[in-house]
Amino acid sequence: MRAAVLVFPGSNCDRDLATAFRAAGFETDMVWHKDTSLPDGVDIVGVPGGFSYGDYLRCGAIAANSPICRALAAHAERGGFVFGPCNGFQILTETGLLPGALLRNAGLKYICRTVPLIVAEQDSVFTRGYAPGEEIRIPIAHHDGNYFADTDTLDRLEGEGLVAFRYAENPNGSQRDIAGILSPNRRVLGMMPHPERAADAGHGGTDGQRLFAHLTEALAAA
Amino acid sequence: MKARVHVMLKEGVLDPQGEAVRHALDSLGFDGVEGVRQGKVIELDLADGTSEARIGEMCEKLLANTVIESYRIEVL
Repeated sequence: MRAAVLVFPGSNCDRDLATAFRAAGFETDMVWHKDTSLPDGVDIVGVPGGFSYGDYLRCGAIAANSPICRALAAHAERGGFVFGPCNGFQILTETGLLPGALLRNAGLKYICRTVPLIVAEQDSVFTRGYAPGEEIRIPIAHHDGNYFADTDTLDRLEGEGLVAFRYAENPNGSQRDIAGILSPNRRVLGMMPHPERAADAGHGGTDGQRLFAHLTEALAAA
Repeated sequence: MKARVHVMLKEGVLDPQGEAVRHALDSLGFDGVEGVRQGKVIELDLADGTSEARIGEMCEKLLANTVIESYRIEVL
């Protein structure tokens, strides 16, 4: 199983994400934003958290137009798996691989704490390690995590079971408490919380570990 | 030539920063400020003859996120 983690100027969760992939058994390469292709045989691409390009213009906007993101889009279009926590989620919405956008937190504050999440959808390689409706605790650390989409898009996401995670206590004003969403083929997951920061006993919580562990199993079986 | 692009959050998209500015104006004693929307202005230095359609493409592709923002182009 091979993973690739993209690295942008300003990424700061790239190593955390690579560590979580490696701990779950993935051979993992780091890929620089100026590269134009992904390593051969990559099963899943991680788009890490951080502040790519200093969050200039809009969070994720410049990264979404970087050379490696063209390769990322091609990988997703081929049916490849993609996981983007935090800034990764912002980048995935900016590339159009996921619908909607992340606005400034409704309370205007940067929020950095561990929050309860509800597993809203079990039917994906990312979430099948959890029980439907299970409450898990995962850290968030963002200033722009307020999920926005028009009503039709929100209805479609909910109708098709593409809302992967919801906040148990909405911290940032996200519409319908949405914390993470899947692409229509369920192979792209974007979420504001950081499962890679709750993937080792040393992190103070391991609720994110199952996401990576079951990913390895599911992709090995695919 | 120069052009100016005005980017604003669309109507119906919550603008918490504008709302915070409105509160601040209110606390400074400026009565009657019923709403504040905060956007951004981007000035472009362009080769002469750049078409407005071309600037529109720049807006669609990068300068604005049309999921949440609208834009207006002003050629100076």
